[in-house]
Amino acid sequence: MAIESPNLEPKGIQGLGKAIKRKEDSRFIVGKGNYLDDINLPGMMHMALVHSPYAHAKINGIDSSEALKVPGVKAVITSKELAGAGLAWVPTLAGDKQMVLADGKVLYQWQEVAAVFADTRQAAADGAAAVQVDYEPLQAVVDPYKATDADAPVLREDIKDKMEGAHGPRRHNNHIWTWDVGSKDETDQALASSEIRVKQHMVYPRSHPAPLEPCGCIGDMSKATGRLTVYMTSQAPHAIRTVLSLVTGIPENNIRVISPDIGGGFGNKVPVYPGYVCAIVGSIVLGVPVKWVETRTENLTTTGFARDFHMDIEIGATKEGKVTAMKVYTLADHGAFDAAADPSKYPAGLFSICTGSYDFPKAYAEVDAVYTNKAPGGVAYRCSFRVTEASYLIERSMDVLAHELKMDPAELRIKNFIQPAQFPYPSALGWTYDSGDYEKTLKVALDKLGYEELRKEQAEKRAKGELMGIGISTFTEIVGAGPSKDFDILGLKMFDGAEIRVHPSGSAIVRAGTRHQGQGHETTWAQIVSEELGLDVDKIIVEEGDTDTAPYGLGTYASRSTPVAGGAMALGARRIREKAKKIAAHLLEVGEADVEWADKKFSVKGVPGKSVTMSQVAFAAYTNLPQGMEPGLETTYYYDPPNLTFPNGAYVCVVDVDKGTGEVKVRRFVAIDDCGTIINPMIVEGQVHGGLTEGFAMAFMQEIAFDAEGNNLSSNFTDYLLPTSLETPKWETGHTVTPSPHHPIGAKGVGESPTVGSPAAFVNAVVDALAHLGVRHLDMPVTREKVWKVLRGAGIDAF
Amino acid sequence: MQITLNINGQDKKMDVEPRTLLAHAIRDAGLTGTHIGCDSSSCGVCTVLLDGNIPVKSCTMFAVSAEGHPITTVEGLAGSNLHPIQQAFHDQHGLQCGYCTPGMMLSSVALLERNPNPSEDEIRFALSGNLCRCTGYQNIVKAVQQAAQAMNQPAGAAADD
Ligand code: FES
Ligand code: FES
Repeated sequence: MAIESPNLEPKGIQGLGKAIKRKEDSRFIVGKGNYLDDINLPGMMHMALVHSPYAHAKINGIDSSEALKVPGVKAVITSKELAGAGLAWVPTLAGDKQMVLADGKVLYQWQEVAAVFADTRQAAADGAAAVQVDYEPLQAVVDPYKATDADAPVLREDIKDKMEGAHGPRRHNNHIWTWDVGSKDETDQALASSEIRVKQHMVYPRSHPAPLEPCGCIGDMSKATGRLTVYMTSQAPHAIRTVLSLVTGIPENNIRVISPDIGGGFGNKVPVYPGYVCAIVGSIVLGVPVKWVETRTENLTTTGFARDFHMDIEIGATKEGKVTAMKVYTLADHGAFDAAADPSKYPAGLFSICTGSYDFPKAYAEVDAVYTNKAPGGVAYRCSFRVTEASYLIERSMDVLAHELKMDPAELRIKNFIQPAQFPYPSALGWTYDSGDYEKTLKVALDKLGYEELRKEQAEKRAKGELMGIGISTFTEIVGAGPSKDFDILGLKMFDGAEIRVHPSGSAIVRAGTRHQGQGHETTWAQIVSEELGLDVDKIIVEEGDTDTAPYGLGTYASRSTPVAGGAMALGARRIREKAKKIAAHLLEVGEADVEWADKKFSVKGVPGKSVTMSQVAFAAYTNLPQGMEPGLETTYYYDPPNLTFPNGAYVCVVDVDKGTGEVKVRRFVAIDDCGTIINPMIVEGQVHGGLTEGFAMAFMQEIAFDAEGNNLSSNFTDYLLPTSLETPKWETGHTVTPSPHHPIGAKGVGESPTVGSPAAFVNAVVDALAHLGVRHLDMPVTREKVWKVLRGAGIDAF
Repeated sequence: MQITLNINGQDKKMDVEPRTLLAHAIRDAGLTGTHIGCDSSSCGVCTVLLDGNIPVKSCTMFAVSAEGHPITTVEGLAGSNLHPIQQAFHDQHGLQCGYCTPGMMLSSVALLERNPNPSEDEIRFALSGNLCRCTGYQNIVKAVQQAAQAMNQPAGAAADD
């Protein structure tokens, strides 16, 4: 008889810093995870979508008659039917609006045109294939630099000639907004008087998070109760409930969003997608549950892409290599709708962290966003809102500057680091960095790598005509959005809630407004509570993802869970401890002032051995209370962080380049992270491994590419390449610990540091290997072909 | 059409269309540990074992073609104890979201049957048909190494926890 759920729980009090095994593993290793597509409801129908083959086309008609003849097909809806429900268009998170199904025209290839409902998934797919759409192709805008040409076709007829957008004036029908920060004049002056000025253009290409579980949803409108239950692959179920209530008019108490186990998210599962809306509408119309699970192609072609930032930077410096100023201009390709998942005040996210770990006296950054005939998005792919683009920009540029100065890139960085004594450090672009010891972290990385030795080896190899490079990235992130004075999404302040209920027998249930997708919250939240309350981790159960039971919170993305919900968890536990202390005093028959919390129990000061545990207190909270005290031992805590956190790290990469084939082999990669206090070192290391692998993917293979007609050339895993175990390098990790001074447990968050910090290290290493051939920059993905062309162009012999 | 699939030692009669993929048939039989992650036979989250030790991407095979070939899915890995590979994935933090894990474990088991002492390169090669988006593979490799060691111990010597 096969075992259903092994008991693998780590036991006892296991607080911060313990590498305990994960509590959530038990169900996954026996195949009992409960992902969206594993849920089947009685009477459920299936939905399939019809997609446009054109990037830009007028729709002259949609004929569903053949589809309706397919056995099992029950209904087909188009934009016309949605309009009846007021749902033809829905607001995006970025203040724009978006078609649910094509309304009169399509604006990108694979755009959703109609939804087909049927008894089985196969019948729905057959039905979708039978829907006839009459398209009249139009000229597509693919190059973002051409989007605002005087003669460019107007993409968004719905806002044609409306020159006031959600983020200020628009200067062309395909222009969305312009956002800038810093002092332009002062920066220009500082640049003008700089001894050295370097300029570089670089592209952070369009990419896709591509979690292995695609997106999906089940809409379940109960006619009997009037309640809508939505099962959804969502990283932010509470925000989704509110948004659903606003767009459908269904009162929020009548909506329940359940986000079951999620097979990876990486930002892909934050927005609301047309498929979700159609499945919900389908359920309301048909009176049965409706399931929609996207195919991989739908995932890659229609749901939130990331990046697509086209950046120009200029840096000024002294001859000795001290930076004086930075000026950045970025063109952001948002596709057909501005569906970026950014906090309202920040249409370019937190891109203004682009001064990085360096003490730039002056800086100015400007971002222009445009519409093109590509899928909408701008999601924060394993990234805190455009921090990845910013970090890549500055870390790549520091190498460009080092190249110009003929200076070692490590030395240049050390010369310009923000010093420990400067924290809290006000950056030229307006942030207050919390803490860091950048030089120490870099030195740990360089020592672990054996930097000096490798530089010698490189010189020897170069003399022999062999190609080897070393790339450094000493990045600073900005995560944990965010303090309510500045951060909201659609007006919802970006705090997070935690609920802790201690049961009479000393066990507890803990709930949070976040939703993990592999990050290990079921273990790490239990560890925080175990630390603060002295309860056994195996007696703490963690629950997330059901809006009926969990406290409100904005969800898990942008590395905000530990900085925000983790803070709520710690402070909630401390609030419980305050009450527990009163009960302990009662049990110990002393005044509260004589009781202290030490060694994870309450003791009478100065009387060794006279103590009670939290379990004993919990029992008393239900059985033997001090007179007049409210029974129970539980709380809900909402944490509004006072600042963001600034995780940082030093990554160093060594590559060997095959001069015949252009193949780049990553020989070593050392990643030293400083994410403040570490809750579970095993989980942190796992996050770093995974993030580095995604950074590696970005640097060398991942790209959502288009041809001149706007055809998506990366619509499945044979064209959009993810690294396998074969090409993924071995990672060498380590830490420095500089706690965040303002976070309740000093933690900063780590899930995204490796994706943010590593791409520049990889590219810097390749460019370093080719620098003596006159190469100063290569855009990602740095494919074999690109390197091969450089080598052949430089007249390097293949053998 | 009516077919009978032997999954994890049990005969399951099912009514499928000729075009029904094995992955769908298995999932429709209630065994949802076998996942689906792509349309191009690229990701391997649907991997099952055929005839005991042949790893197959079940999205690449029709259900009808699997008749007469016993199938092992993740649900059939454990006996009265966890299979050493399951224990190892847990011990080495070889999973995060868990979506790739069933396929990854089954490919690992198939490798260890063929090659009880694989080198790291052999492990990486054997698992290169199974994508993982979360772990970066390093801990998965460690898990396979742990399982190899556990499986090579004489029977009864394995710790039972
Ligand atoms: S589902 Fe991706 S290989 Fe089978
Ligand atoms: S653990 Fe998430 S895909 Fe492997």
